[in-house]
Amino acid sequence: MSLWSYANPVRFMGATRPLVPVLGAVAAVCILVGLAWGFFFTPDDYRQGSTVKIIYLHVPSALMAINAWFMMLVASLVWLIRRHHVSALAARAAAPVGVTMTLIALVTGAVWGSPMWGTWWAWDPRLTSFLILFLFYLGYIALWQAVEDPDAAADLTSVLCLVGSVFAVLSRYAVNFWNQGLHQGASLSLDAEKNVADVFYYPLLVCIAGFVALFAALVLLGTRTEIRARRLHVLRLRERMADA
Amino acid sequence: MPELGKYALEVTLAYGASAVLLTGLVAIVVGRAARVRRALERVEGRRDG
Amino acid sequence: MIRLVARDLALAVRAGGGFGLGLAFFLVVTVLVPFGVGPDTARLGAIAPGLLWIAALLACLLSLDRIFALDREDGALDLLATAPLPMEGIALAKAAAHWLTTGLPLSLAAAPLGVLLNLAWPGHLWLAASLLAGTPALSLIGTFGAALTVGLRRGGLLISLLVLPLYIPTLVFGADVARRGAEGLDPTTPLALLAAVTLGCLAGLPFAAAAALRVSLR
Repeated sequence: MSLWSYANPVRFMGATRPLVPVLGAVAAVCILVGLAWGFFFTPDDYRQGSTVKIIYLHVPSALMAINAWFMMLVASLVWLIRRHHVSALAARAAAPVGVTMTLIALVTGAVWGSPMWGTWWAWDPRLTSFLILFLFYLGYIALWQAVEDPDAAADLTSVLCLVGSVFAVLSRYAVNFWNQGLHQGASLSLDAEKNVADVFYYPLLVCIAGFVALFAALVLLGTRTEIRARRLHVLRLRERMADA
Repeated sequence: MPELGKYALEVTLAYGASAVLLTGLVAIVVGRAARVRRALERVEGRRDG
Repeated sequence: MIRLVARDLALAVRAGGGFGLGLAFFLVVTVLVPFGVGPDTARLGAIAPGLLWIAALLACLLSLDRIFALDREDGALDLLATAPLPMEGIALAKAAAHWLTTGLPLSLAAAPLGVLLNLAWPGHLWLAASLLAGTPALSLIGTFGAALTVGLRRGGLLISLLVLPLYIPTLVFGADVARRGAEGLDPTTPLALLAAVTLGCLAGLPFAAAAALRVSLR
């Protein structure tokens, strides 16, 4: 029993049916607890005042915005190499979630930046990269919607995702070269010691867990929907053939 | 409500906007799931019946 | 492959081929800008390098959907697909023809038009050099975008959205070469990076475009 056995749509549907409500519940609990904890029970930062509370939305959404694209990249590769339909549909389902996460990261960042940096928007490398990522998501979604044949759409968007990933990384460095930034370094990293004090750190972790669960729940639900939509499409075609 | 100080507007704005975006996303995904599911059940019902 | 390039060139130069379209657009933007931002020569000189680059990029963008659309309509693309030439070669030839009809004339026209915008002196050469080094990347990326949208009826709008984020690294480095050249700084670092982007595109994108073409023609 390997992971690949879930490439079978029937098996995938069976396995994910109980997962969606569970993940959804985990996401709801984690996000509510994390945000409530962060919003009501953490102190203000001595320099940033209460705006530090925005971190509980900004960091998880920014994290998921990038990870969603990464997941789409992996799913696209799986589709191109092994031709599993579920994989292509999962990539499609991840895109709307990713674009929303990018938008949340941009909006919360702008709101935080307005009192802290004195401007809503600066052409800072990190901000600019996220704007570019947002454009990539828009193009990806638009291409999915424009191509009618589902398999061709999956192929074309997968190729776009691969090329787009290369150019996204390239843009990141190009933009770095182009302008020195206002944005602080990474708040979280696995190797270095923590840059965020414990009081802010634990609720942040809960929020990140919540966003991850939310992403997983929405992607699974979206994939299930796409599988159903595919079947619906086929059945309707068959009916039309039978009528004719 | 905790005391948000002079940045009350910004913090509420950030939370409010994110809440709107997140609920919008969930509503769209769940709504489409329900719609597709109902349509599929209808078609499958027709096929069996 | 060379014959394919020659054929595309001949088609482009012939009436209605859209050869002058990009150049005309470039000229229009350059002439209109001073009316928009005012005739102050210092300000025009400051924005000239970036502006000329953006105008060149948009002029490139304008002609992208012609790369495959016409051949698709009259069936020539299907014939080409069955030719002994590999699909990668077709993509590369198409990109080369596009560059020869838009990128190259744009690069040559940029230096004289720089005079209109009061570009500082050594900047002309660097602007032309950066366009020469950068526009092949624009053509290659555009060919990839055109290959993705070949089969679509409303491809023109989509192509701009798809290609826009892909153009950013080229624009960043290219405009930086021109800006540094105009300000008298050393522009070799961004020029090297720009050349790297172009060569990377040259090495990789024909394969991606060919993959997209194969899917679209299936």
